[in-house]
Amino acid sequence: MYGSTTLNSAPVGSFVLVKEVNAEGLTRRRLLDLGLVPGTRVEVIRRSPVGDPIAFNIRGAVIALRQEESSKVTVIDS
Amino acid sequence: MGLTYQSTGKLANREAFDVPVSANEPVIALAGNPNTGKSTVFNALTGLRQHTGNWPGKTVLQTKGIFIHEGQQYTLVDLPGTYSLLANSVDEQVARDFICFAKPDATIVVVDATCLERNLNLALQVMEITEQVVLCVNLIDEARRRKLNIDTGALTRALGIPVVATAARSKEGLPQLLESTAKVVWKKIKPRPNLVQYIPEVEAAVSLLEPKVKALLGNDINPRWISLRLLDGDITLIKALEKFYGQQKVKSVREVFA
Repeated sequence: MYGSTTLNSAPVGSFVLVKEVNAEGLTRRRLLDLGLVPGTRVEVIRRSPVGDPIAFNIRGAVIALRQEESSKVTVIDS
Repeated sequence: MGLTYQSTGKLANREAFDVPVSANEPVIALAGNPNTGKSTVFNALTGLRQHTGNWPGKTVLQTKGIFIHEGQQYTLVDLPGTYSLLANSVDEQVARDFICFAKPDATIVVVDATCLERNLNLALQVMEITEQVVLCVNLIDEARRRKLNIDTGALTRALGIPVVATAARSKEGLPQLLESTAKVVWKKIKPRPNLVQYIPEVEAAVSLLEPKVKALLGNDINPRWISLRLLDGDITLIKALEKFYGQQKVKSVREVFA
């Protein structure tokens, strides 16, 4: 068990738990609407060839997020 | 019938969306997350072959069709698939503006039965704007295959709106969906949505704003919902209000907010 990291740096194939969304305004709202609320379990599915965006399984839907969004989500190992 | 429009503004706004403005020609909106089978429901109800496909932005432009139920003609509008109505994208703005300003006589929220948790967020947001909501739990065949049992009675009680399970591909549940929707349109069922209660600070701010919004815009658009968006600092909504209600009134709304 390591400490908290951000969603974009979690390794492919790992499961993490959302701890906090560190964004404001529309970005925050968007991340929350996608289902990234604290306590949500997220699977890191795959990384695109250039490393960005990354696809995640969030509450049953596969959603790709760019670094600028995924880096705002603090997660812990699940 | 139940459709008495006190405000002329309500119908005038419909014109901007190119849908019937007469109270005798009810308009029904179809909302839902991407990939819940909204367009399949749309095609099954209207008999049209609107293209269904799985890529983002497929239904950016609203598509409309008509169907006849018990001798009454209804116009059905297929809104873009969105996770939210908070206007983060053009799709969401189109969906929100339609529900908010065209004021459909009923809105059917199509949700994926295999993925209810993620889908109900949008249903709750629609319920905040309008009481005229029917929940269509689609892909029920897929849920069954995955041994998921959906308790529509419990959902109805929890949400306070009619809930119908459907499998649009095989047309299962569609007669019941039409039945419930028609009842909502003609006010034979009056949904009483159980709304989200926010933290005390937010509720206190809303109760300060709501009467002022109501004084300016009346009950034409749900004042609680407008107040919540103002607290969000939602610029796109203010712009949309300006478009549909004229700058003068909105200036006063802005002043209230300030």
